[in-house]
Amino acid sequence: MDIKDIIRPENKVYSKPELLDEVHMHYCPGCSHGVIHKLIAEVVAEMGLTDKTVGVSPVGCAVFAYNYIDVDWVEAAHGRAPAVATAISRLWPEDVVFTYQGDGDMSAIGTAESIHAANRGENIVMVFVNNAIYGMTGGQMAPTTLIGQKTATTPYGRRVDLNGHPLEITNLMAILDGTCYVTRQSVHTPANVRKTKAALKKAFENALAKKGTSVVEVVSTCNSGWKMSPEKANEWMAQNMFEKYPLGDLKNL
Amino acid sequence: MKEEVRLMKGNEAIAHAAIRYGCDGYFGYPITPQSEVLETLEELMPWETTGMVVLQAESEVAAINMVYGGAASGKAVMTSSSSPGVSLKQEGISYIAASSLPALILNVMRGGPGLGTIQPSQADYFQATKGGGHGDYHLIVLAPSTVQEMVDFVGLGFDLAFKYRNPAMILADGIVGQMMEKVVLPEQRPRRTDEEIRKQCPWAANGREGGRKRNVITSLELESSRMEVINHELQARYREIEKNETRWEEIDVEGADYLIVAFGSIARICTKAKEMAAEKGIKVGIVRPITLWPFPTEAVERAAQGKKGILCVELNAGQMIEDVRLAVHDNIPVEHFGRLGGIIPSPEEVVNALEEKIIK
Amino acid sequence: MKSIAAPPAAAKLLNNKNMAKVKGAVTVNVERCKGCNLCVVACPTDTLSLQPNEVNDRGYHYAFMANPDNCTGCCSCAWVCPDACIEVYRVKVD
Repeated sequence: MDIKDIIRPENKVYSKPELLDEVHMHYCPGCSHGVIHKLIAEVVAEMGLTDKTVGVSPVGCAVFAYNYIDVDWVEAAHGRAPAVATAISRLWPEDVVFTYQGDGDMSAIGTAESIHAANRGENIVMVFVNNAIYGMTGGQMAPTTLIGQKTATTPYGRRVDLNGHPLEITNLMAILDGTCYVTRQSVHTPANVRKTKAALKKAFENALAKKGTSVVEVVSTCNSGWKMSPEKANEWMAQNMFEKYPLGDLKNL
Repeated sequence: MKEEVRLMKGNEAIAHAAIRYGCDGYFGYPITPQSEVLETLEELMPWETTGMVVLQAESEVAAINMVYGGAASGKAVMTSSSSPGVSLKQEGISYIAASSLPALILNVMRGGPGLGTIQPSQADYFQATKGGGHGDYHLIVLAPSTVQEMVDFVGLGFDLAFKYRNPAMILADGIVGQMMEKVVLPEQRPRRTDEEIRKQCPWAANGREGGRKRNVITSLELESSRMEVINHELQARYREIEKNETRWEEIDVEGADYLIVAFGSIARICTKAKEMAAEKGIKVGIVRPITLWPFPTEAVERAAQGKKGILCVELNAGQMIEDVRLAVHDNIPVEHFGRLGGIIPSPEEVVNALEEKIIK
Repeated sequence: MKSIAAPPAAAKLLNNKNMAKVKGAVTVNVERCKGCNLCVVACPTDTLSLQPNEVNDRGYHYAFMANPDNCTGCCSCAWVCPDACIEVYRVKVD
C-alpha cells in the first residue's frame, strides 16, 4: 500500500491538539513540558471547556505557557499561582481554573500558597512539574533535587547536612482534607503519557464537580539542566527519580 | 440597601462601603490597626446578600495575589492591611500595576520601620506615592481625613481604578481607621453581572466566552523594544491621571500669610491649629492634598504665592515635604513638623512649630 | 531500570508481516521538530529515525520515516513527542 493512500484525512488517528498553538515552543528539545502542555490542550478541548478554562502560569520555564495553549491565562508571580487561581475560581465559579507550577514554584517559594489553597479545598487543578531542578535560571538545586544530584548550586552533589532532604510536597498535599485527588505520573513512555492524560482528565472533572483540589504531579526531566540527552534523561529519571517519587495515585476520593 | 446614617469606626465603614459599592471580592489578613475590616465583612456575610466573596488569606502575600487574580478576571476586588503587611504586598502591587489591572488597596498606616508600633503614623507616604515595589509605576493614592472619606474613597477608588485600569490605594492612618464618626453610607450599588463585566473588561481572563480570542494577563516582556513601549504607555496613562484626577482641599488660603500643607487626619488637627493661630493674629491657610499621587503640585505652587513660609505637618520624619519643596521650587521657606512613634501632635504643638520654624 | 520502549517481543509481533492487520504512516512537522529523538526511542517498529544530514531552519536533524513499511500507526511516537510534530494515519489491511 502506498503511503499516499494511508495519509488521508479519513485515516488520521492522531493530530496536534487544536488548542495547542502553531507557534514554536521555547522549551529545549525533549523537554517534558511540551508533552504536558499537549495533554492539557487535549483534555480541555475534549471536555468542551475551552471557553471556561483559565490557566495560571508560574515563574520558571513554563512562564510562557500562555503563548502555547489557547485558553485565557494569568501569569502569576513566582509561587503565587494558587492564590491567583483561588480568587478566579471563587469569583467565577462556573470556570475551571488550573495552575501550572514547577518544583521551585510549588515546593520552595510558593509552598505556603500551594499548601493553603489545597487545604482550603479550592476547586482547582494544580499541575506540578517536578524535574528536581531549576530549569529557567540555569540548573540550580530545587527542594526536590535528589541527594547526591549535581546542580549548579550543588556542584558536588546535594548533601543532607548542607541542603536538607528532598521535599515530597505531593505527599503533604495528599494528607490535607481539602484535596480530593493527588497523583504522581510521568510522560516518558507512551503508556505513561496516556495515564497522565487520564489523571488530568479526572482532575478537571473534579474541579467541575467542585470536589476540592486535585494535584497532578508529573515527574519530569530537564535534560539540559541534567546535562543529558533527552533519551538518557528519561532513563536517569526512571532509574533515580521514581524511587523517591514513586508513580501512582496518592489519594483518589 | 438604602442610604443610611450610622456612627462607626473608619475600618468598619470601609467594610460597609465595600459591600455597598458593589465590590466583588475582599481578600485580607489580620493586622492591627485594620483587622476590623475583615472582621466586619465576615460578620456582615455579604456572600449571602450581594454575592461578594470574602476570604481570610494565609498571608498578605497571598491576599494581594488573590487580588491580582480577581482583578485579572475583571472583578472589582480589594485588600486591606497596615504598614508591615503592605510592605509584603509590594511585589503583587507591582504586578497589578504592570499588568494594568484595576484594584483597591487600603493601608491603615502604623508606625515603622520594622514591626514598629500599632499606633498611627503617616510614614508610608514614600512607599505609597513613589512606587513601593519594583519598577516605574504609580498607584492612585487617596488620603482620607474623615470616616466619611473612608467610605467615599472606596467608591472613588474603584471608579478611578477601572477608569484608568490602574490600582488605587486608600492611604489612611490609624487615627481615621480607629476613630468613630457619623457617616452616611451610600445606597447599595448593584454588583456588575458577569455579562456586564465581560463588556466592561474585554481584556479580562475569565474564560473565552463565545469563543473569543484568548486573553492573557502578564507583566512579562523579554523583548526590550516592546517592554519600552509598555513602559511609555504606562507613563502616558500617569500623565493623563495627573491631568484629570488631582484632588485637594484649600482652607482660607486667600489672604493668609502662612501655609500649612497636611494630609489625612493630621489636616484636621491643623485646622484647629489654624484657628488658634488666628487668635494670635497669625493668618494661616491650609492645603490638604487628597490625592497624594498625583500630588497637587500646581495647587500648592499657586497657594504658596505671596506666602512667607510653608509648614508641612506629617506623622513622619518628613516625606511629603519633598513634594512640597519641588512644587514651590524652594522659593519660600518650607519646614517640616512631625511626631514619630505613634504620637499625635496637639494643635498647640503645631502652632508652636509654625512660630519657631517659620515665623521665628 | 524500567524499559522506556516497547519490549522486543511486541516489536517482533508487530513486524511480523503475516500478523499485520493495520498499516500506518506518520507525518512530521519538520519545522516544529527539534530532533529530540524521543519518538525514535518510543517507536516499537523501528520506523522512525532522525535525518542523518538534513536539518530544518533551526538546525535540528528532524525525524522521518526511515522504514515506512514498518509503521503500524500505533501513535507511540506522537504520544511522547514534546512538540506535537507528529500526526498519525492508520488503515486496516485485509
